[in-house]
Amino acid sequence: MDILPILSTLRRHKTTAFLVIAEIALTCAIVCNAVFIINQRIERIHMQSGVDEQRLLHIALTNIGVTKDDKARRDEDLAALRQISGVVAVASVNEVPFGNSSSNGSIKLDPKQRLATLNATDYFGENVTQTLGTQLIAGRELQPADYMDMDQVVNAATAKEAKGVPHVVVITQNMAERLWPGQPALGKQLYMADYAFTVVGVVKELIRPSIWDDSAKSYSMVMPVRVANNEYIVRVDDPKNRERVLQAAVARLKEINPHRIVLKQHLLSNMREDFFQNDRAMAGLLVGVCVALLVVTALGIVGLGSFWVAQRRRQIGVRRALGATRANILRYFQTENFLLATIGIAVGMVLAYGINLMLMVHYELPRLPGIYFPVGAVLLWIIGQLAVLGPAMRAAAVPPVVATRSV
Amino acid sequence: MFGYYLDLALRSLRRNKILTALMVLAIALGIGASMTTLTVLHVLSGDPLPGSSATLFYPQVDPRDMDGYEEGKRPPDQVTWTDGNNLLHAKRADRQALMTGGAVPVQPAQSNIDPFFSDARYTTADFFPMFKVPFLYGRPWTEAEDNGRARVVVISRKLNEKLFGGKDSTGQTLRMKDTAFQVIGVLDEWKPTPRFYDIYMQSYGSVEDVFVPLSSSRDAHLEHAGSTDCWGTGGGDGEHAETSPCTWLQFWVQLDGADKVAAYHDFLVHYSQEQKALGRFQRPVNVALPGLMQWMDINKVVPGDVRLQTWLALGFLLVCLVNTVGLMLAKFLRRAGELGVRRALGASRREVFTQLLVESGVIGLAGGLFGLLLAFVGLWLVRKQPSDYASLAHMSLGMLLVTFVLAVGATLLAGLLPAWRACQITPALQLKSQ
Repeated sequence: MDILPILSTLRRHKTTAFLVIAEIALTCAIVCNAVFIINQRIERIHMQSGVDEQRLLHIALTNIGVTKDDKARRDEDLAALRQISGVVAVASVNEVPFGNSSSNGSIKLDPKQRLATLNATDYFGENVTQTLGTQLIAGRELQPADYMDMDQVVNAATAKEAKGVPHVVVITQNMAERLWPGQPALGKQLYMADYAFTVVGVVKELIRPSIWDDSAKSYSMVMPVRVANNEYIVRVDDPKNRERVLQAAVARLKEINPHRIVLKQHLLSNMREDFFQNDRAMAGLLVGVCVALLVVTALGIVGLGSFWVAQRRRQIGVRRALGATRANILRYFQTENFLLATIGIAVGMVLAYGINLMLMVHYELPRLPGIYFPVGAVLLWIIGQLAVLGPAMRAAAVPPVVATRSV
Repeated sequence: MFGYYLDLALRSLRRNKILTALMVLAIALGIGASMTTLTVLHVLSGDPLPGSSATLFYPQVDPRDMDGYEEGKRPPDQVTWTDGNNLLHAKRADRQALMTGGAVPVQPAQSNIDPFFSDARYTTADFFPMFKVPFLYGRPWTEAEDNGRARVVVISRKLNEKLFGGKDSTGQTLRMKDTAFQVIGVLDEWKPTPRFYDIYMQSYGSVEDVFVPLSSSRDAHLEHAGSTDCWGTGGGDGEHAETSPCTWLQFWVQLDGADKVAAYHDFLVHYSQEQKALGRFQRPVNVALPGLMQWMDINKVVPGDVRLQTWLALGFLLVCLVNTVGLMLAKFLRRAGELGVRRALGASRREVFTQLLVESGVIGLAGGLFGLLLAFVGLWLVRKQPSDYASLAHMSLGMLLVTFVLAVGATLLAGLLPAWRACQITPALQLKSQ
């Protein structure tokens, strides 16, 4: 196909050609970045938590009055929860994955270090990893002998008695890799508030309850501290028993001590859904905008294409009369569109890259992966070709006899 | 003349219905999307206390030890119990209030309502006059009541309706965490947006249902909720919060006038130096006194997603406009013959230009109307979203006007180039080619 005659025609319609190119470029730039953000959100929504989400329940209560015998009450609650049929494991905890409320600490590798190496969350509670169903990949789980009571730990810490503070910890694989890259973490020491902790176990994954920074999402530690916060997690034998066990558990807890209020009662899978609801909404909105953008651009190409065809009816008639076939005419308009789209895509890619740079600065987005460029280009080429097909077919249908008519 | 142009425009638009519909649709989509996101942005970044936000400031001092010290960092976002009370009792501002968030178990006297948990705010007397909180019944508590650790409570209108059927409940008793408080005031509808005074609580939620003097909340062991940041030997233990090295309270002051702001800043510097001399503060003096709106900006109260959506919508509008420019150009140039005749019959360039602009204005108006409809649908969709600001997404009269100005203005702008190109047509050439 001869490109030169097309170029010389386009040179005579600079404004219109420029507008088509601008529209394609803008669409290309916006859609590339939007699709990138959509993918980021989808990846986030599918984040691994490392726990047995389909079998876990979360119940949080609060006492109405001031209570004294919290530990005895906790043991009574735990014993009662274990009795419910379908319950596999229970634990009294301080926080749960996707719970949005967390206790965090600064971790150092050397007590003399001025700035902390990283910030990690602390999961407390006897049996917490076993109940959550995390996967141990090295070392051992925390043993009953490791455990101390929260109130005693607080007292010991206030009095600066290192003996009264636990000295072992289980951490996640990601946190171990961040602290000691390429080295086995078992037996290594980390420091929190001047106290040394030895790593005795590493779990594959355990997500934080609240995630501000996705790169730190799995910096979690489990400490051998017993808590009595009226907050429980329950693991059931079969996901289909979840609702029944949750109801029974809440009823049983209220029966044991009616002088308290149930703050939360959730299936963990629902907590997960709530946790990512904003990401899901944003992804949905972006999909909507992308579709609308592509439709508007396609309609714009149809509109301008029709106008061009109508304007060049005589020209087309003359070409047909001089021997051009319908296929020639059809291909002429298709090539023209392909040329415009190509220039538009090229400009659009530069623009997309620029927008991405801005987003990286203002919204802490990563760099746009290279794969988006060829995919975006192919997509816009296809849309351009589909949009121009109608007007081009109409052009091909112009009979040669038009050339002989005036007006 | 305008009437005639309008008639011409309508005729021309009717002649090619599909093209007209395409243009109106493109404008409407762009306007609808932009207005939806702009309205949300406008609502979320608004002034929570119009008229008095300029006199409200958020003093910050840095009481931390040298661990983790980095030069040039902002002081902590909250204050400790000691600093908060020192600054409160120094009374160097026109008004000042110390506060923190909490949650209390409410035990209704009626047996038919189960005990429930309510969000609470523990604060000091100036909170109400300083933030111009409207009262439906009763009064706020006084400084004397703060100092006397009075068991008094101010409740929201919503809670008053739930517990007392909306009647004047002042003088009634409200039991919370096994302690009896006397209701002395009921708030009227009050919804500062964003809820500026505590950035750690939901920024776009409704205000708390229960307000209790800070001193009394400590006596009654009411639980603190929100962020607690500790250093050194500090732990998050609520019972020792008065003495722990932890920041967990917010302190606001009212300063009427720039000289007072400067004086208060000096006071904060002096206070920090004094505390450093006493050995309480260890870091170099680091104070800040941001105003209310500045504080909202620093803390990026408006969600990043909302900003991103606004940029996206404006980009979308731009594509729609480029699209409209192209289509209008096509339409106007196609009528070169007709315009040539008009020019030959004596219409000046200016008149042809005006005629074409009227036509694009009509498209803009139609697009704006339709876009407004889409914006209402868009806002309705936003309200269906789960985010905490969803319920705030409503169109205001101001935004309604902005929609029309934006729609017509943008379309006129889009019409400029095509109209200019069309009136460049040489009448003789056009007539000849016919």
